[in-house]
Amino acid sequence: MSSKRIIIYGIVALCLLGIYAAGRRTAQKPKTTTSGNLAPDFTVTDINGKKLTLSDYRGKVVLLNFWATWCAPCRAEIPHFVEMQQKYGPQGFQIVGISMDDDVKPVKAFYQEYKMNYPVAVGDDKLAESFGGVLGLPVSFIIDRDGRIVKKFIGATEVSVFDKEVADLLSKP
Amino acid sequence: MTIYRNFFAVVFLTVAVSLFVAAQEPVLVDGQNLIVLGFQGASAKDAIPSDDAIPRAQLIAPDKLAQELKSGKHKPLVLFVGPNSMYTQAHIPGAENMGAGSSDAGQEKLRERVKSLPKNSAIVIYCGCCPWGHCPNMHPAFKTLQSLGFTNVKAVYIANDFGTDWVNKGYPIAKGQ
Repeated sequence: MSSKRIIIYGIVALCLLGIYAAGRRTAQKPKTTTSGNLAPDFTVTDINGKKLTLSDYRGKVVLLNFWATWCAPCRAEIPHFVEMQQKYGPQGFQIVGISMDDDVKPVKAFYQEYKMNYPVAVGDDKLAESFGGVLGLPVSFIIDRDGRIVKKFIGATEVSVFDKEVADLLSKP
Repeated sequence: MTIYRNFFAVVFLTVAVSLFVAAQEPVLVDGQNLIVLGFQGASAKDAIPSDDAIPRAQLIAPDKLAQELKSGKHKPLVLFVGPNSMYTQAHIPGAENMGAGSSDAGQEKLRERVKSLPKNSAIVIYCGCCPWGHCPNMHPAFKTLQSLGFTNVKAVYIANDFGTDWVNKGYPIAKGQ
């Protein structure tokens, strides 16, 4: 076999490997599932002492975000959520944050520090389980204007992905 | 004939390159050691954060732990060092909840739990609140046990989270406090 031919075979082999690697990388992206089920309703008291009922946001597109102050990927998402709330809020978009911290104190401090502009409450295992369990953070749900879960995102998610989902839903009547 | 020869040559080279790349990735074998097959290249180091304070030899893979617990041959003390809400939703059967390893309360409870144990006790700690490189609880809990002189501590290497790497794999769980 000539050396030229070996080089060509090597390049072909590397291309095939590249396709395989790209596939693996894609598979390792945050998991997304679609549901279509009505989001379970809940009422909690947010960290500012106000009543927070999910179904009160019916008619709006909602991003329900389970997070915690000790979760680094969650913290990284928050500034983007603040921007999204500012950008899409007037069009009927609402973010709701459910912190899975064991204590409200760090959540309040974080809320102030990051100038969070959407309601945040501390959740518990029952609330988490009503959404299929939150056994790892962050977990986010996109809920349409009719209160149906459109997508569930497990793990840190690119802001552009949320942005597109929300913009698409807001453009629908 | 030439077509076949070319085809097999491509297949052979693809397999060879794949094996080489796979050998660069760390593989948890037998739950005892993180054995790196082949060369210990850059990708092997990347798989575990460079600031990782838990030696690779102290890691145990979820599937290996599940097997060990199922076989009943080894009965390590399994301690959950993550947030309470996660423990209540689902935990490894028999695991005791210490609370978050990054919190003072969690540290105190952990110290209290192990204070009367022999230093060679088999202890397994796990969390799974976040991807491995972002977990704030495992390192503090591991360091505490290490500083107390425990010599047989294993940390469950949960790459993504407990839901993905344990519950969704069908390994046994228990619920409640």
